[in-house]
Amino acid sequence: MTYEVIIDGKQFRLELNRVDGRWQCLLDGQEVHFDAVLPRHDVLSMLIDGKAYEIKRERSATDLHLWVGPRRYGVELRDPRSLRSRSSADDGKGPRKLVAPMPGKVLRLLVPESAEVEAGQGVLVVEAMKMQNEIKSPRKGVVRKIVVTPGANVNAGDVLAIVE
Amino acid sequence: MAGRDAARAPKTAMFKKILIANRGEIAVRVIRACREMGVQSVAVFSEVDRAALHVRKADEAYLLGPAAAAESYLNVEKIIAVARKSGADAIHPGYGFLSENPRFAHACGEAGIKFIGPTAASMELMGSKTRARQHMEKAGVPFVPGTSRGVDSAQEALRVSDQIGYPVMLKAAAGGGGKGMRLIHTPQELPSALESARSEALRAFANDEVYIEKAILNPRHIEMQVLADEHGNTVYLGERECSIQRRHQKVLEESPSPIVDPEMRRRMGETAVRVARAASYTNAGTIEFLADQERNFYFLEMNTRLQVEHPVTELTTGLDLVHLQIRIAAGEKLPFQQQDVQIRGHAIECRIYAEDPDNNYFPSPGKISLLLLPSGPGIRRDSGMYEGWNVPIDYDPLLAKLIGYGTDREQATSRLVRALNEYFVGGIKTNISLFRRILNDSDFKAGKLDTGYLDRLLAQPQPAETADGSTARIAALAAGVFAVLDPEAARKDAPANGAGSGADSNWKKIAREEALR
Repeated sequence: MTYEVIIDGKQFRLELNRVDGRWQCLLDGQEVHFDAVLPRHDVLSMLIDGKAYEIKRERSATDLHLWVGPRRYGVELRDPRSLRSRSSADDGKGPRKLVAPMPGKVLRLLVPESAEVEAGQGVLVVEAMKMQNEIKSPRKGVVRKIVVTPGANVNAGDVLAIVE
Repeated sequence: MAGRDAARAPKTAMFKKILIANRGEIAVRVIRACREMGVQSVAVFSEVDRAALHVRKADEAYLLGPAAAAESYLNVEKIIAVARKSGADAIHPGYGFLSENPRFAHACGEAGIKFIGPTAASMELMGSKTRARQHMEKAGVPFVPGTSRGVDSAQEALRVSDQIGYPVMLKAAAGGGGKGMRLIHTPQELPSALESARSEALRAFANDEVYIEKAILNPRHIEMQVLADEHGNTVYLGERECSIQRRHQKVLEESPSPIVDPEMRRRMGETAVRVARAASYTNAGTIEFLADQERNFYFLEMNTRLQVEHPVTELTTGLDLVHLQIRIAAGEKLPFQQQDVQIRGHAIECRIYAEDPDNNYFPSPGKISLLLLPSGPGIRRDSGMYEGWNVPIDYDPLLAKLIGYGTDREQATSRLVRALNEYFVGGIKTNISLFRRILNDSDFKAGKLDTGYLDRLLAQPQPAETADGSTARIAALAAGVFAVLDPEAARKDAPANGAGSGADSNWKKIAREEALR
């Protein structure tokens, strides 16, 4: 299997091959051999050259993160052979909605519509429970639409903006 | 602890059934004590807490009402009604909520139900900081120089401050948590600061009484645990250092305090006992002191309840405070004396909150998609969370307490650091990374603490992570392996990160639509 993997914005090309239970892969053309076992959902045990790694996966509706030890990485995984863009948590293509995580009030917009944004860049600020929360874009792209205006009250789950 | 159990009252006095008027980790803690003592436990819950851990750990559980605390955990009438209905003969209030509410303690008494804690009168006395001061002055307790009554005017405030000497602290008599507090360096700032402190206090506590204390610079917050039975026996159980605070909220506590030696412990302990006696205090309580770096200490206030950080005292004294609370309330004498209390080893506690340290500690409700738990030598975990639980937004976001215990401070620290590396809470943000930072810090390791410590640490730029690309490459490999070994399609219940309660929440609906698009 071949994947395009984006780790915190850095792109890798990954070719995975399983031979007799061991993994022989090419990462950006470099050979890597390792052993991997899934002890339970969302947890991977990898042995690479004798070094042991415990990798945890965190998925939400809008993004995917992997933890290697205490380090957390934003991950996008694309199957380059897929012709249709799938907007699942494993796929970075397609428009993404920014939603309010809890009831609050829109304080201000950080970027205008049509602005180009990076993954993790703040798009607007929502105030809730007397604290300001920056709502960040889950992907690199263009702010197609900002649905709310400053001063608007929002409920948990309300769509605030769309980035594609 | 010597075995002087002969002094204990006969078991027949023990309660049959205790209602725990609380939620989360403390409710689980008290339920556990009930089980250990063969006492039936009754849990109460609000609508958003139906799936909470404390509900299924209890023997009985009853719905109180909607999520809002006023309709549930703060509702005296509803809780007493459940106690009556379930036949509970005692109520343990936990901490927070109604634990220091004299009206509740009183209502329990009226309903013939034993309140596990002090009397309403003791609570009332200690609940007002100015009233507490007035009373303690009579008991010869050392105070931060200041007023024992609220100041009536700016002129009086200026006169007093002149006498005490700047800097001074304005404080609300009826409250805490930093509200109504102002640090004043010069007389010019005083009049307007007094105005704003008063209005803030009025808004927060419905009481605008503000008093003045000398501001101790770089103070340490050191508190002393006391325990008093209903037969006149009062003891102190060692101190806790609670100087590591963010916005006046404790975050990490330890026992013993790095600066308290046996002599200071004895002086503080005897003072604490004097305070408790002067208030005719019974059951568990804590006397808070401010200490300066010269080991002088001053009475600050008394907390008339069991505290969040009680585990560090339990570990270093070998005593079970909740068991003792229940036994005291059931009329038993303390089964030990002051000279039997031994402090052994060192314990450090981290409060794990559902907060985002990278976003100003904004609360982070949502579903815990993955929970990997630490254990092993010297590790205690008091928790209200579980994997798959949807953390509600409606309450204080304390998820769990992680405590490391060892023969000395260094061992306790290394065990705690090790355990924090084992701890993984996926799906929501927690403040676990904050503790790594604190425990690795040289000032922490040297015990150089004061109430400004954490603000100073957080103001420093975070040490940049070593930018070696190797773990990023591992993540890339893992991403592909996960897609093969643990694909999305195989999961029937797609994780959805969201606040709110119940499968019908709008947030979950939208999240599902997202995943399917």
